[in-house]
Amino acid sequence: MSLQATHRHKWSKFLSRAFASACLFATLSCVLALILLLWQVFSHGMDWLTWDFICALPSRFPAKAGIRTALAGSLWLMGLTTIISVPIGVGAAIYLEEYATANRLRTLVQTNIANLAGVPSIVYGILGLGLFVRFMALERSILAGALTLSLVVLPIIILASQEALRAVPPSIRHASLALGATKWQTIWHQVLPASVPGIMTGVILAMARALGEAAPLLAIGAVAYVPFVPNRLSDEFTALPIQIFNWSARPQEDFHSVAAAGIIVLLVVLVCLNAIAVFVRYRASKRIRW
Amino acid sequence: MSDGTAETFPDQKGSFASGRASTVRKVSEKFIQCILFFCAAISVLTTIGIVLVLLAEAMQFFRDVRPWDFLFGTKWSPLLRPQHFGILPLLCGTCLVAAGAALVAIPIGLCTAIYLSEYASKIVREIVKPLLEILAGIPSVVYGYLAIVFVSPIIRSLFESANVFNAASASIVVGIMILPMIVSLSEEVLRAVPRSLREASYALGATKLDVTLKVVVPAAFSGILASFLLAISRAVGETMAVTLAAGATPKLTLNPLESIQTMTAYIVQVSQGDTPAGTVEYRTIFAVGLTLFFTTMLMNILAQWVLRRTREKYE
Repeated sequence: MSLQATHRHKWSKFLSRAFASACLFATLSCVLALILLLWQVFSHGMDWLTWDFICALPSRFPAKAGIRTALAGSLWLMGLTTIISVPIGVGAAIYLEEYATANRLRTLVQTNIANLAGVPSIVYGILGLGLFVRFMALERSILAGALTLSLVVLPIIILASQEALRAVPPSIRHASLALGATKWQTIWHQVLPASVPGIMTGVILAMARALGEAAPLLAIGAVAYVPFVPNRLSDEFTALPIQIFNWSARPQEDFHSVAAAGIIVLLVVLVCLNAIAVFVRYRASKRIRW
Repeated sequence: MSDGTAETFPDQKGSFASGRASTVRKVSEKFIQCILFFCAAISVLTTIGIVLVLLAEAMQFFRDVRPWDFLFGTKWSPLLRPQHFGILPLLCGTCLVAAGAALVAIPIGLCTAIYLSEYASKIVREIVKPLLEILAGIPSVVYGYLAIVFVSPIIRSLFESANVFNAASASIVVGIMILPMIVSLSEEVLRAVPRSLREASYALGATKLDVTLKVVVPAAFSGILASFLLAISRAVGETMAVTLAAGATPKLTLNPLESIQTMTAYIVQVSQGDTPAGTVEYRTIFAVGLTLFFTTMLMNILAQWVLRRTREKYE
């Protein structure tokens, strides 16, 4: 009887250990996937990544192909998208957190934003195609692309800003209001400065998303081959992810290597953005103590 | 705005001047509130815009093609003669990729979430979570590149019948893509399970395995389910990786080694071509987009409903 009990005890102990190692294995495989992914990209693309590659125009020959127009287009898109989406996103967050009373309308807007965050980006592309490209007749311009991307990243900015605003303790608002400041003065001088780090993190996440997004741009009709750097809002454009997509889709091996080099540039810009986000968060955690 | 601090103190003597100033201030406060309200309204307008644009063009489409043929037709070839407008092959391709991705991501994701929330030390958690964030931040076109260059050759060396473009390679990379989402959401709900439940279970002599699988996971089950739903909805809407990896041949098949086409890949294919606006071929992307929008919307709403209910349970 007691022998059986120890037996069972040992068995359950073994099972418990086995399960723990299975879970550990799963975690390790996640990390391994990341390492493998980066290794693949870097081992293929590193040799092709030269200064010429960054400065050269797109070409039919892999050895001459470069990302100058794509990089310029991406930076244009990222900048414009930020300019358009940040004021609107932060404004919406302020309205929802500071002004809107908790009623059905607010719940509706909130649910709507959460749902928008889950809408596939290609659907935004179709909206952009119908609304900006055709209805507003912006054609395949960089402005149409930036407007479409702004809609894609808006939910990210709103949700992050709301969280940042919510983290400011109500006592700050009460103190400011008690000193006679109006509601907007309280928000502008007290609440917003205190929540800037959180908002910035959201903004940078949104910029990273805008930089990597290709599907909505493809849907509004962006093409990979644009042999000049855009100067005006109405110019045609291409972007880094679109260029990478185009190169990856070709059958030649060399173009795959060029695509890998493009990916490295894309990832480097993304890492820089994220480093800024981490830095901002770190500074904020040192400065602000409630 | 910046000069407001001195004026805000109510001044009893200069009541006329301050009265006018306060009227101005009241008006500007209202004005600002209106602008902010408009900002918030844009998000609602976006949804309305999506629905209107999709519906308007899809209505035109359904004038030429019967909805019945669209929903239940088994052949999809709008760009070739004779034209067929049955969306089932595209739906089938989308489901195949999403199911494959779920098959890859759900077991690994759930186990990782359990490990991070129940077993891992604080240091491990703080190393692994940022790594997963990196994985989540990699653009989807990169995954598409990887499917073509790395995953597809491996699959072809394992199965000789596999096509260059196949659903399996797309499934695997999309699975890796949605993995971080499952891990972070599931870990959050697992950690939200109160300590007292775990301690009560230990006190009754349960092993760690019993506590995890029979107490913690069931308690967080609906939240975990929501994370699965959100991740699968993301896989359904995923575009770049499947466009690159899964091919462009709409086919009603369940064989993951064949080349297929998903709804999203079809939309890209048409918008990259030079289909003239106003034709039936062009309007197909709106009909397909509408189908895609409703599919993902339904899954998202369901997931959020489930998630809200679990959050309320332990608060």
